[in-house]
Amino acid sequence: MGDVALSIEQLTVEVEGREILHNINLGMKLGETHVLFGPNGSGKTTLLMAIMGFPKYRITKGKVIFKGQDITMLPLDERARLGIGMSFQRPPVVRGVKMRDMVAACLKGQEQEERVSQLAEKTNLADFLDREINYGFSGGEIKRSELMQLLAQKPTLTLIDEPESGVDLVNITLIGELLNSLLEKDCPIPERKCTGLIITHTGHILDYVNARTGYVMCDGVIGCEGDSREILATIREKGYQECVRCFLRRRGSSG
Amino acid sequence: MVETVSSETHKDKARAAAAKPAAFGEDIDLDTYVSSAEEQPYQVDPSKLPARAKERMLGAGVILDDPGQRAGTFIQMDNAPVHSSVRQEGVEVMAVNQALEKYDWLSDYWWQAVAVDTDKYTANIELNQHNGYFIRTLPGYKTIYPVQACLYLAKARLAQNVHNIIIAEENSELHIITGCTTASNEEAGLHLGVSEFYIKKGAKVTFTMIHNWNPEVSVRPRTGVIIEENGLFLSNYVLTKPVRSLQIYPTARCMGENAVVRFNSILVAAPGASLDVGSRAILNAKGAKTEIISRAITTGGSIVARGYIEGNAPDVKGHLECRGLILMGEGIIHAIPELKGTLAGIDLSHEAAVGKIAEEEVEYLMARGLTRSEATATIVRGFLRVDIEGLPPLLSAELQRAIEASERDIM
Repeated sequence: MGDVALSIEQLTVEVEGREILHNINLGMKLGETHVLFGPNGSGKTTLLMAIMGFPKYRITKGKVIFKGQDITMLPLDERARLGIGMSFQRPPVVRGVKMRDMVAACLKGQEQEERVSQLAEKTNLADFLDREINYGFSGGEIKRSELMQLLAQKPTLTLIDEPESGVDLVNITLIGELLNSLLEKDCPIPERKCTGLIITHTGHILDYVNARTGYVMCDGVIGCEGDSREILATIREKGYQECVRCFLRRRGSSG
Repeated sequence: MVETVSSETHKDKARAAAAKPAAFGEDIDLDTYVSSAEEQPYQVDPSKLPARAKERMLGAGVILDDPGQRAGTFIQMDNAPVHSSVRQEGVEVMAVNQALEKYDWLSDYWWQAVAVDTDKYTANIELNQHNGYFIRTLPGYKTIYPVQACLYLAKARLAQNVHNIIIAEENSELHIITGCTTASNEEAGLHLGVSEFYIKKGAKVTFTMIHNWNPEVSVRPRTGVIIEENGLFLSNYVLTKPVRSLQIYPTARCMGENAVVRFNSILVAAPGASLDVGSRAILNAKGAKTEIISRAITTGGSIVARGYIEGNAPDVKGHLECRGLILMGEGIIHAIPELKGTLAGIDLSHEAAVGKIAEEEVEYLMARGLTRSEATATIVRGFLRVDIEGLPPLLSAELQRAIEASERDIM
């Protein structure tokens, strides 16, 4: 299938010797946006980090296939250069490295100056270009900075970890707009190439960004898959406890 | 003549301290160096100096072929001043011995900011002085371009003993870039230098010093600064090239109200190098301020990074920041920040950190598509970047270039 962006097959991941994800299967076509719900500690971030290729997240079984290529053994930076990008929930401060340097690095030396200013304008970060990256940034500033770097990087597959956490109401609207821009929501559906996988605990981001498919992750496995809004409605009504109960019930009957 | 200013008191004190070891750093046996060198001819046009010398000087920020962006130039090779010139009104640049003959008042400044009996090195300079430079701005004059000064060590095993005096008269502004370097990449040598700065009321001096020695040279500069009311002294020190042993601990005294001193040091120690570099600020007047920033990287050498702030007057404020990065090998970084307060109502603080590059930061940059080595280089470049407030853009750019040139060696 030429239009498959990401295919995850029976993925098992361990962190520091402890298995966190068990037999994950997931598929996304080019241009689609999917959301990953789940209680804290269920393994959502681990899945994103493993797809991105962070060495600490060790794949012990299964495959990650990106646009038809098996990338399971590829290092982090090669995956980034192939077109996978990530918005971090809590990115590190890198003293001395300015936001301008990061955006320029994401642009890979092309069209530089003017493009950097345009992106800064768009993300409302014009005053931040000469600040050290993430140093003293508020929650909203971190998210906008992450999205600004990704808008420069233009990945085919964007992994977005909790875009709404620590963000106030004013910022969330802008973050929604930036995500829509990154995921080409202004393009006709058949022409979209940019694919997104968004982690959300609260689901608030769905008020701003449409997602086709939703997953609920429980205890390192995908407990259910379905229409994202339907899943969110259930979570909002009954809470994650109900998801976990439902998951355990099914696991009990199948086991 | 030097004899007239170096009164018997100075000479007596120097003789008494001739064997006194320095408070810090390895003790250097002065007897293993020679003190005399051949005379060097004076050059009216410094662009006529040998190409090799010009190239080495350029590596230390001294431009001789196109000095249009310099307010003045002073060059001393071994013991001989070979050139001094001025391109801007209100600025004086000359050999210090010539200045002592010209101005009888200059003796009042001799050994006032640095004590002659500090250690055997200051004593040796008093007893065997080989010139040095005198740079002065007249009251109210402001230099646009920096004055450049170069102390060049050509003869093998020479001990170069210089005494420099810098005076910024009231409300003047003076920018200096000074480069110290050697002719040879491998011959041993010793550079001893006293620099005394006098910053009068409302005057501003920026002093950017780039050292470009070789792995066999030992260096013991001794610097003292006296800052009067509303005066500002801004020092930037860059040492990224190999040197055998270097110990330097300049002391600035804020003697007038609201005087300000800022020290920035950027240090890189290659394997075999031993650096002991500090900055000291004594805040003796109401409202005086200081900021001391040091960035140290070792690729195998040893660095002691010192800092000392003393607050002795009301409403003084000081901050000391000392950061070290052990990049590879068996390098050592020893950060020693010290604060001393002697009365209530002062505000002194420090932060110090020594470590390796955080893997989390490297991976963050790799997730943006940089290779591991590109990510590491970006972090090192960021670490060495110090945004220097108050430095003219031209000097800031030159300083940045000097630092960037060193990145290749580091990586």
